[in-house]
Amino acid sequence: MSDTFQLDGAAVPFEPGQTVMQAALAAGHYIPHLCYHPEFKPHGSCKLCTVKVNGRTTASCTMPAEANLNVESNIEELNALRRTLVQMLFAEGNHFCPSCEKSGNCMLQALGYDLEVHATGFRHLYPDRPLDASHPDVLLDFNRCILCELCVRASSEVDGKNVFALSGRGITKHLIVNAESGKLSDTDFALYDKAMQVCPVGVILPKRVGFSQPIGERRYDKRPISAQALDDAPRQVDTSGNCEACEDPT
Amino acid sequence: MTDTLETAAHPENLRRVAIDPVSRVEGHGKVTLLLDENDRVHQVRLHIVEFRGFEKFIQGRPYWEAPVMVQRLCGICPVSHHLAASKAMDMIVGATLTPTAEKVRRLMHYGQILQSHALHFFHLCSPDLLFGFDSDVAKRNIVGIVAAYPDIAKQGVLLRKFGQEVIRITAGKRVHGTGSIPGGVNKNVSLEERDYLLKDIEQIVTWSRESVGIARKLFEQNLDLYNNFGRFKAHTLNIVRADGAMDLYHGGLRARDMDGKTLFDHYDYSHYWDVIFEDVKPWSYMKFPFLRSLGTENGWYRVGPLSRVTQCDFIPTPLAEAERKAFMAFDGGKAAGATLGFHWARMIEMLHAAEQIRELLLDPDLQGNDLVSKGVRQERGVGVIEAPRGTLIHHYKVDENDQIVRCNLIVSTTHNNQAMNEAIRQVARQFIDGKKLTEGLLNHIEVAIRAFDPCLSCATHALGKMPLEVELLDAEGGRVDMLTRSSDGTFACQSDHA
Repeated sequence: MSDTFQLDGAAVPFEPGQTVMQAALAAGHYIPHLCYHPEFKPHGSCKLCTVKVNGRTTASCTMPAEANLNVESNIEELNALRRTLVQMLFAEGNHFCPSCEKSGNCMLQALGYDLEVHATGFRHLYPDRPLDASHPDVLLDFNRCILCELCVRASSEVDGKNVFALSGRGITKHLIVNAESGKLSDTDFALYDKAMQVCPVGVILPKRVGFSQPIGERRYDKRPISAQALDDAPRQVDTSGNCEACEDPT
Repeated sequence: MTDTLETAAHPENLRRVAIDPVSRVEGHGKVTLLLDENDRVHQVRLHIVEFRGFEKFIQGRPYWEAPVMVQRLCGICPVSHHLAASKAMDMIVGATLTPTAEKVRRLMHYGQILQSHALHFFHLCSPDLLFGFDSDVAKRNIVGIVAAYPDIAKQGVLLRKFGQEVIRITAGKRVHGTGSIPGGVNKNVSLEERDYLLKDIEQIVTWSRESVGIARKLFEQNLDLYNNFGRFKAHTLNIVRADGAMDLYHGGLRARDMDGKTLFDHYDYSHYWDVIFEDVKPWSYMKFPFLRSLGTENGWYRVGPLSRVTQCDFIPTPLAEAERKAFMAFDGGKAAGATLGFHWARMIEMLHAAEQIRELLLDPDLQGNDLVSKGVRQERGVGVIEAPRGTLIHHYKVDENDQIVRCNLIVSTTHNNQAMNEAIRQVARQFIDGKKLTEGLLNHIEVAIRAFDPCLSCATHALGKMPLEVELLDAEGGRVDMLTRSSDGTFACQSDHA
């Protein structure tokens, strides 16, 4: 019998080497997250998955599960902080859900709904981030980047191409394309790269797909992200190489 | 009193009266009147005070985003923008629509016509029409209608609801859906959805017929007022089907002068700029389109239900066609030229929309699965549709990277800009000139504007080098300084210092 830890009063079993996030999702307990993806080494940067472990805050995606931990997640104190984090992400970029083709499939939007973010909270920065439409098959809309680095990790660790990187520091930090011109068309990026599939928001988009998926059939139309994430858990790659958490670019 | 009432010859010392905002219309506008000490009218202007900017900020966006983004111009007729942009993008992707795609879009459009016309007639205008233009202002609203005419109010609400349900089923949402995409649609209409709509359609057709009867009765009971209120002659513009029939989704442009002479007919709208151009005036954010062959001064025209119903050769559904004939024949044809004839024509179109929806719902093509097509990619796309308020033009240029580089929108209310100004000036001559102003008299101005069902939100979508004028007035209203920015962006300062 595996060891357990306590999550919001429930016993959660875990295997050696699992993080609190992995064990929780596998056991059917949702912890909000954005930059976590089961196929990649935990990054711990978005802080949405912050929990209290024995009274101290930590990122659950990087916290190794241990027996007898007392983990608090779904408490108002933490959910209020998560709401603030989501509000800050919305204010930092240019997120116009009404005309965004990722709407209904966007983790940031879904988290906003799930956490009941009803107001912007902060003055919008309206950064000037031109699109990169140079690639024949892929559009980059930097306006929506939340700096999760999933594309950076996927392109580097899975695709072996190092197409993306983060540049700058602090509030000026931004996603760039590793090409002398800075244009995606001057890289070997391809429609079927793993980096194409992992973007949780609407930055990396297949061209000419747009709104072809009707309202009602989008990922978060059917179920809120808190339920959908559990459906996807443990979000492992199947034998044919497909991952339920990733999108089919076609 | 000047002849045109557009600009007073000597604005100094004239009293300014403003109707701000104009109520029970979509969007924000105001009317200003300049009157002398004897209450004679010297200037009347409909000002549009909103500022939007869609033509500018759509630049750089991917073309497939346009049908969803530009519909945010409006919360009342977003389907019209959604479909006009989609039609333009059909040209961009070189598509010829499949039967399923075209019929689902038509169904969406006629749902939009139905709900928008019902909203306008019952919610916005019935208080004027049923209570009287200068009736008690406290009751002259939809709440007053609910209290005094509960059956009519309920009918209006349910007609609109049905139209919204048609939109929900075809577009995914009642307001701002995503159903229409470049080259087609993203869903069909299932049998279950069809049956849901079919169960109410006969009632909707019946109510729509009764609504035409209400409009006719208003004319019969107030013949002189309704025939002559704000009456003026105007050129007309609309699209018609190849056989001359009314077609609100697709067709060629037809323009006739105020005497009924055809200026052009079945004109391919993909080159609309050869026959229509836009003028700007320094006192309004709204542009002034005109027919090129007639020039800027005389080329203004009227669009919308009154133009469509009077200028089509026939309506291709039997009940609406019978009502059209009755309308055209009424009182020797006088109603067909009356500003308040808009209401009657609008109800005829609502009946036509209900009949079209009934016909389309029985078409098995709605359940087809061939939803999208594409062909040879084009650089430029023009989409034109007859929106509830009139002809709507969307024009885009898209570069090789799929980004929109140019956008021009000429919306229905913009076409009617000069016509609305003519109507309120005529009403000012008829009812206000020389009289002591009252709220009821000023409402006559608003009644004339409402007849057009203007959507001022839609009409103020431009951004860029719009002409602006800033005046510095002294205590008596005399102009001291004026700073103007012309349409080419240059500034000029004119000083009237002694």
